[in-house]
Amino acid sequence: MSTTHPSHAPSGESISFQIQDATGLDPAKCYQCGKCTAGCPMASEMDLKTHEIIRLLQLDVRERLLKAESIWMCLTCETCTARCPNAFDPAAAIDALREIAIKEFPNIVPKNIAAFHTAFLNQIRTHGRVFEFGLVASYKLRSGALLADVDSVPGMLARGKLSLTPKRIQGIREIQTIFDGCTTRKSR
Amino acid sequence: MSRIGVFICHCGENIGRTVDCARVAKSLSELPGVVHSIDYKYMCSDPGQALIKQAIREKQLDGVVVGACSPHMHEKTFRKAAATAGLNPFLCEMANLREHCSWIHEDRDRATDKAVDLGRFIVEKIKYNRPLSTIQIPVERRALVIGGGIAGIQAALDIADGGREVILVEKDPSIGGHMSQLSETFPTLDCSQCILTPRMVEVAQHPRIKLLAYSEVDSVEGYIGNFQVRIRRKARSVDETKCNGCGECQKCCPNKKIPSEFEEGLGMRTAIYVPFPQAVPNIPVIDRANCAFFKARAKRVKKAVCGKCAEVCGRQAVNFDQQDEFITEKVGAIVAATGYQLYSIGKKQDSKNLRGYGEYGYGEIPDVIDGLQFERLASASGPTGGKILRPSDQKEPKTIVFLQCIGSRDRAKGIEYCSKICCMYVAKHTMLYHHKVHGGKAVVFYMDIRAGGKGYDEFVRRAIEESHALYLRGRVSRITRNGETIRVQGVDTLSGEPVSIDADMVVLATAIRPQPGVEALAQKLSVSYDQHGFLNEAHPKLRPVETNTAGVFIAGACQSPRDIPDSVAMASATASKVLGLFSKELLEREPLIARVDGLTCTGCFHCERVCPYGAVERKQVKDRKGRLLKIIAEVNQGVCQGCGTCQATCPSKSVDLDGFTDEQIYAAVNAL
Amino acid sequence: MKLGYFPGCSLHATAREYEESLSVVLPALDIKLEEVQDWACCGATSAHATSHTLSVALPARTLMQAEKQNLAQIFAPCAACYNRLAAAQYALAHDERISSQVESLLGHSFEHPIKILSIAQLLNGLTEEIRKSAKNPLKGVKVACYYGCLLVRPPEICKFDDPEAPSSLENIVNATGATPVQWDMALECCGGGFSLSRTASVVRLSRAILRSARGAGAQALAVACPMCHSNLDFRQRAINRLGADGAPMPILFISQLVGLSLGLNSVQLGLDRHFVNPQPFLERINATSLLQPEHREQA
Repeated sequence: MSTTHPSHAPSGESISFQIQDATGLDPAKCYQCGKCTAGCPMASEMDLKTHEIIRLLQLDVRERLLKAESIWMCLTCETCTARCPNAFDPAAAIDALREIAIKEFPNIVPKNIAAFHTAFLNQIRTHGRVFEFGLVASYKLRSGALLADVDSVPGMLARGKLSLTPKRIQGIREIQTIFDGCTTRKSR
Repeated sequence: MSRIGVFICHCGENIGRTVDCARVAKSLSELPGVVHSIDYKYMCSDPGQALIKQAIREKQLDGVVVGACSPHMHEKTFRKAAATAGLNPFLCEMANLREHCSWIHEDRDRATDKAVDLGRFIVEKIKYNRPLSTIQIPVERRALVIGGGIAGIQAALDIADGGREVILVEKDPSIGGHMSQLSETFPTLDCSQCILTPRMVEVAQHPRIKLLAYSEVDSVEGYIGNFQVRIRRKARSVDETKCNGCGECQKCCPNKKIPSEFEEGLGMRTAIYVPFPQAVPNIPVIDRANCAFFKARAKRVKKAVCGKCAEVCGRQAVNFDQQDEFITEKVGAIVAATGYQLYSIGKKQDSKNLRGYGEYGYGEIPDVIDGLQFERLASASGPTGGKILRPSDQKEPKTIVFLQCIGSRDRAKGIEYCSKICCMYVAKHTMLYHHKVHGGKAVVFYMDIRAGGKGYDEFVRRAIEESHALYLRGRVSRITRNGETIRVQGVDTLSGEPVSIDADMVVLATAIRPQPGVEALAQKLSVSYDQHGFLNEAHPKLRPVETNTAGVFIAGACQSPRDIPDSVAMASATASKVLGLFSKELLEREPLIARVDGLTCTGCFHCERVCPYGAVERKQVKDRKGRLLKIIAEVNQGVCQGCGTCQATCPSKSVDLDGFTDEQIYAAVNAL
Repeated sequence: MKLGYFPGCSLHATAREYEESLSVVLPALDIKLEEVQDWACCGATSAHATSHTLSVALPARTLMQAEKQNLAQIFAPCAACYNRLAAAQYALAHDERISSQVESLLGHSFEHPIKILSIAQLLNGLTEEIRKSAKNPLKGVKVACYYGCLLVRPPEICKFDDPEAPSSLENIVNATGATPVQWDMALECCGGGFSLSRTASVVRLSRAILRSARGAGAQALAVACPMCHSNLDFRQRAINRLGADGAPMPILFISQLVGLSLGLNSVQLGLDRHFVNPQPFLERINATSLLQPEHREQA
């Protein structure tokens, strides 16, 4: 089954349309049965549950969705997608919401999560691969969680699980082209 | 020279707005052979028809062309009008100026030109029309009903009470169907068997009903009014004429551990068995696959094994050598009432398009059962004597969770439709549970409540307000075994809260599907069915009990999920259709069928090969001394559907289609 | 059989033992690997959490490299990398818009789809060889097979095993001689990428998994993903701080388990790199006893 993107844009900025355009998914498919929420491992921590996110998408409630903390709680475990009776893809819809949210409300992204993603992606942009020591260091600086897990560093080193020297891939320019071609947050 | 009358209808604004009817009438009046040409607002109305009749009489018309709507709508109307005025009805034809012209075009000038063309087309054709008479076919005024559930029983009783003979064929050893398995029925909470068994007995005792239980339809030939049905009477291994239903054979059968189909696997039966005590006919059947005697025989063991039932039988009714028997019955109408089966909660499905519910354990978790199994638990004659007990340990469940829409309304699992009855029977189950287990807690996970029948919504409210069933709106994501209980992870979307319940029992309200094997039966009957196997009605709104095969009717859940009142109503409707069909000794057919010219036919039988309906027969032509001259083709007037394939195929142009002869068609085409 | 190989970032660092075990187990099963040249990170969670195009383009680059190397199949031992590669493959095949975007970014047009294999798929196809070559069948030990989220979901992308009742890891465990236990958290998320950014969620979710495995009588957990391994192994100390739920549960990569049944050396299999000491488990199966970490050569 191929992805079909909607052919015309309504007037104004409809978040529902934006998500449809990005993913090919039609929120009208959702009949609010809640099976996604029922199986979501993060439901207890989410302010807006999965089915409520899709409901707000159906109602085109833009700002509340893009500013929601819940969309950052999604683990992309794909349980909702695998179980939805209408074969809708809540995980993909939430991914698309995040992409738009970063651009419009970058300060809403929960600090730790923003720090992690930025640190991770910077690693790839710089080396082509994630150099985990650098990832953790960068994350700590960004998130301010300087002391967390510090006591595991000796254990990690002793087990040879932390390499101290990063390697850069040869095709790093290709990677940079990819990053430049995608609208992601610029690394700082 | 022809004397043709042309009548152009405005059909109010339908035609008149786009087509200049007066101009059409005028143009057509100028054609040679047209002696009368008018236009009028509504030709199908009484005054409109009067105009036709008047013109036929006054102008001695020998042909009538009505330029109006589709012949599907009013051909019969105008032909009847012509007939009452003394003109052979087949000398009256219609030109479709509405569906083929005014409804699909906008340009008035061009549409009018086209209307003139359409009119001329028919005028030229009708010059070659010949008077035809309807064909009379004798009708065998006996009916066959396939399926002995409540719908089949009702249809059989209604037809028989209407004075006609009925043959009722049922594949199971007893009639009664799923209704006989239910404990109580909604919305009255009547005991199901109490209201059903009198009907079953009536069927058995009715002088005009021939009950063939444990039988199946093997083949169907023929056509409306004249079907030949071959029926396989499966071997019970018991002589029906001798057995008196005493039951001694069942008492002595050593194999008592066969899961009973009637008890939905919750109880056991013997190898020689009657499915339930109130079975009709009350004659046992030997399940040869599980009978020691037959298993030994299959392995060619020389020494006879068991055979106790034969020893014990006081009437010597047990017959191990009984074979399946075939009989042929002639009937004029067939009613298919094959009913339903439930969607399986297991992993294996009998259709490639269906997926099972792995998230609900694929039926492997103990005490997760379906609706029919719950009915057997609740039933006083069931395996637990009507007590709600867990199949695993026979303990009383203190919490039961009911899940609606299992399989239904689930595109991902392969079934999009709603099964209609589950909301009602789940509410019923909660009420039965409430009455039987004091302090028991019933929880229902639903998406919507469909309770549209008479007294239905009130019934569901009773379950919620009086029996205090907890209704949570949401689907369940997963059920898992949690020691002795079952963990149910669902959600209540109305409050937004995920809900986790430890249940003692879970009842899955599974989708209603057609019976297995119904597709093969449909092919025998030449009836079409949809992608799920439900038999197709002729028209979803206006012809719900007929099929596209004349003479074959459908009733009950075989057409779509349906409850008992609707199945009964539908069955009575088919009976009225059948009795209407049987109200005359002869059936009239339109004579627009193929005809072979015996003089020019060479007997090549290309027509026989291409005929989709098997309507071509072979006829011997003999001389005066009885010597065979040739074998030629002849069309069976009862079977031919007038498709014209033979006419197109015949190399010697010996086949013509009355009403659409080669002459008529060439004349019409050349007129354009 | 020569197989393309995409190790992914963690196999060279925090999940070193996974690659180590593969490097001795696969040759024993006659599998040769050809690493995708100059591979880059698949993007993991961070790419698809922030940019759809990036999440397809990064793994697509790997597919492009593989195509250049004439590899028809790629084996990705990390479940997350496997899922991202398969998802990218799927997007390229079904979504014209993203396909043309990515092809123009890479300057490459894809010729034919490459088959992506997970560790479950690979080893599930080798159960006969595993059984035959077992020098030390793991008799009498009970193992809980943990699939995690991305090995068999979503079914349209993975197209392998049953997304609700999978059995491929159980088949492999059976082939090693061990007994897979029946338990109900095989597919529940461990907390995935929240290890650093939302550790409390990981602790909550992983704790439930460990409890369930213990309750089912498992003596070890078999995993197929470095992230899951980290959450269940590295974080087990944090989990235990919430309350001792029982004896420490060793977390083994499925390849390590297979290696043990083949009689391979437990240090070679990287078993000394775990945080939860697998020594008690090794004693149960009479495996070579563990050397102290100091005795290992620093890489």
